[in-house]
Amino acid sequence: MRKPLPAWVDISIMPLINIAAAFVVAGIIIALIGENPFTALAVMIKGAFVYKGALGYTLYYTTNFIFTGLAVAVAFHAMLFNIGGEGQAMIGGLGIGFIVLSLDPILPPLLVILLAIPVAAIFGAIWGVIPGWLQARRGSHIVITTIMFNFIASSIMVWLLAGMLMAPGQMSPETRHFADGVSLMQIHHIGNALGWPMARSPLNLSFVIALIAAVAVWVLIWRTRLGYIIRATGHSEKAVIYAGHDPARIIMIVMAISGGLAGLMALNEILGVQERVILNFTSGYGFTGIAVALMGRNHPFGIVLASLLFGALYQGGAELDFEFQTITREMVLMIQGLIILFSGALALMFVPAAERIYGKLASADRSSDTRKGEQNG
Amino acid sequence: MPFAVSMSGICKRFGAVTANDHIDLNVLSGDIHGIVGENGAGKSTLVSILYGFYTADSGTTEIAGIPYTHNTPADSIAAGIGMVHQHFMLVPNFTVLENIILGHEGYKQLSKSMDQARHMLSSLSQQYGLDVDLDAQVGDLPVSLQQRVEILKALYRDARILILDEPTGVLTPQETNQLFDILRALKKQGVTILLITHKLREIMAATDHVSVMRGGRMIAHLQTADTTPDQLAELMVGRPVQVQKQWHKANKGAAIVSVKDVQLTRSKTQNLLSDITFTVHAGEILGIAGVAGNGQSELLNILAGIIAPTAGHISYHDHHIDAGNPADPQKIKSLGVAHVPEDRHASGIVLPFTAAENAALGYEKNVSGGYGHAFLSPQSLRARCAKLMQRFDVRPADPNLKSSLFSGGNQQKLVLAREMSATPSVLLIGQPTRGVDIGAIEFIHQQLIDMRDKGCAIILVSVELDEIMSLSDRIMVMNNGRIMGLVEQATANVKDIGLLMAGVQ
Repeated sequence: MRKPLPAWVDISIMPLINIAAAFVVAGIIIALIGENPFTALAVMIKGAFVYKGALGYTLYYTTNFIFTGLAVAVAFHAMLFNIGGEGQAMIGGLGIGFIVLSLDPILPPLLVILLAIPVAAIFGAIWGVIPGWLQARRGSHIVITTIMFNFIASSIMVWLLAGMLMAPGQMSPETRHFADGVSLMQIHHIGNALGWPMARSPLNLSFVIALIAAVAVWVLIWRTRLGYIIRATGHSEKAVIYAGHDPARIIMIVMAISGGLAGLMALNEILGVQERVILNFTSGYGFTGIAVALMGRNHPFGIVLASLLFGALYQGGAELDFEFQTITREMVLMIQGLIILFSGALALMFVPAAERIYGKLASADRSSDTRKGEQNG
Repeated sequence: MPFAVSMSGICKRFGAVTANDHIDLNVLSGDIHGIVGENGAGKSTLVSILYGFYTADSGTTEIAGIPYTHNTPADSIAAGIGMVHQHFMLVPNFTVLENIILGHEGYKQLSKSMDQARHMLSSLSQQYGLDVDLDAQVGDLPVSLQQRVEILKALYRDARILILDEPTGVLTPQETNQLFDILRALKKQGVTILLITHKLREIMAATDHVSVMRGGRMIAHLQTADTTPDQLAELMVGRPVQVQKQWHKANKGAAIVSVKDVQLTRSKTQNLLSDITFTVHAGEILGIAGVAGNGQSELLNILAGIIAPTAGHISYHDHHIDAGNPADPQKIKSLGVAHVPEDRHASGIVLPFTAAENAALGYEKNVSGGYGHAFLSPQSLRARCAKLMQRFDVRPADPNLKSSLFSGGNQQKLVLAREMSATPSVLLIGQPTRGVDIGAIEFIHQQLIDMRDKGCAIILVSVELDEIMSLSDRIMVMNNGRIMGLVEQATANVKDIGLLMAGVQ
């Protein structure tokens, strides 16, 4: 007999089973090309956490995933599938570019940075709220429009970066460097300044902003009136109308928040690392955010953990590519793909079996209890 | 004579819930056999097992003396079992004929099968006195005729055993009598009928034998002629219940709700509501009777501010609302109007929410935030809910429990508690006891009467005529979006109201 799984199993055990299954399949493939899967796994783990600077790199990737994962999760609480994190992040980066490039000659760096942070969120929010409006007021499906908005954002980036924003005197589609000091401080600088020597890595203050965002999302969803209405919208629009709220308005608000979170991802890449706007700085993080949110069960805590896993995969995967001749970059992408497949698309595959096993365990428990009861009675 | 249906030792569990606990059921061939029980007693599960929707965990079934193990409805149809569902399974934009042959087309060439079916059906409808225009679009037919289409569909598939699940919920009293006439005609032709209902009046009127279920168990098998509604009610609930009227005369106050010329149009040609004008006084229950889908739901939603009327005025106390300037539900709420919606599961509560969360739905602003206006503290949500649960005897009294895990009656009590806690001067309430067990029905009715006695104006919409008649001071009957008549409690009788419901003035 099947029995619904308790929440703790659903949150902790099931994702682990999914990841394990992905690693088993990946291990088989690695064995098939003649490498030892266990050595490969060891290299990956060392590459992600142990080598000098590895942890910094892992956390730097993690930052991107936290932002895009949170973006997907917030929208999902209102049953909106925001596929547009990629485009929203690009436009967020564009916003940073606009504000910094126009103000860094006249304003002190700190002020420019403080302005750039909300601007990234606002630009992302605008790119999220337009599909939100189309869904809420015109009935255009959010999945279709957000995908389309990714293409539009990408084209706008090419047009601007190869055009009016392109730095003069060079050939690549990118802006000039930001003025000195206009960047989010990197963690190893802070560490070194405080007397804790750290290896060089791109990890910067946006990681802290990402963690604050995760807490803020938790508060929003579970501790505010707006979050309550957002969740109600996700479950039953009729109930929201009955309660006296306008679901269309809620949808637009949610998409603004979601887009804003995705837009903040640009902080890490543009203001934290590149210090200029470049093409394709989002490199798929927006899409991976969907898998991160799925794996994290749309809970900020789960999303931070899932982001850490994906960060480790990115960084450890790069190390794998570096250490093994036979394991190419494409191979690493395939392993990441398997993880996404098992923990995202196939997240529920093992649930029926687990329910059956749990049902058996539970009934075995109960019958032994009754037997004990009979003996005692 | 072998039994048409003989089920023995049927068990079916859903997770922790035992829906059917060692059920035995024997139905005589050519009998009209009723199964009564409250919501959740296991009636639907039992017939779903018979029809092949579910497989029993244990137990055996014999059809006409032959052991029978079926897995799917298709097997059951082949064995001569037909079912008319509570919610019809018809394609609205197909004709009657197309609907009947759907799934039994027979030939690849459609015209050939249609001709054959037409021939067969005309003899069938003659044989049983089931008149339907085979070329009418099902969506255009009144519900009572759609039901006949469902019956014909079963007979066309050679059903010798016909299961009807709550067939009278959508019918006027007169249409109900016609349905029973049809059932008797079927019985004469040797068809065995299983009638599932929660209405005792219908059991008494239509059946030969009756089986009573309670809490997943079979409680009694009786010959209908040997029993009384009081005895059946007691068996259903497990304790004596009062079936008599709870209504008593009360003091009417001033008119506080006034509705004038309200209209709602869907398209240029179709009016959902026309010329709706009435008033309701403080300390009065106005019951709105009518077959489901005759505009009552729309009217209730207009009164609650959920949909805006196309034309007309509504006033609560001294506050006027007109079609040009419609009010939203929050505004209406602020005028002292509470609303218990008809579709509890879609509107009244959010099923995956906890009871504590649902106890604040629409009243979030009244819950203390803890840190400020924008916040909503789980502690105060729980405290508020615990108080309401205690006052309205909601069980289990656990604010953290998911709302979908409460029984229908307790969900409804929670909604009622939430709305009544605002001490409204006007209460709009739709289908207050749909899917609610008898114990809770008594409680809910008593609450409504108490509120009326305290001076609340109550507008009650229900498809259960008994409920309307036992609670209302005045009864307003609607048909096709119009008010057919207003009847005082003192002069109300089922026959007149039934005619008004059918649109006969």
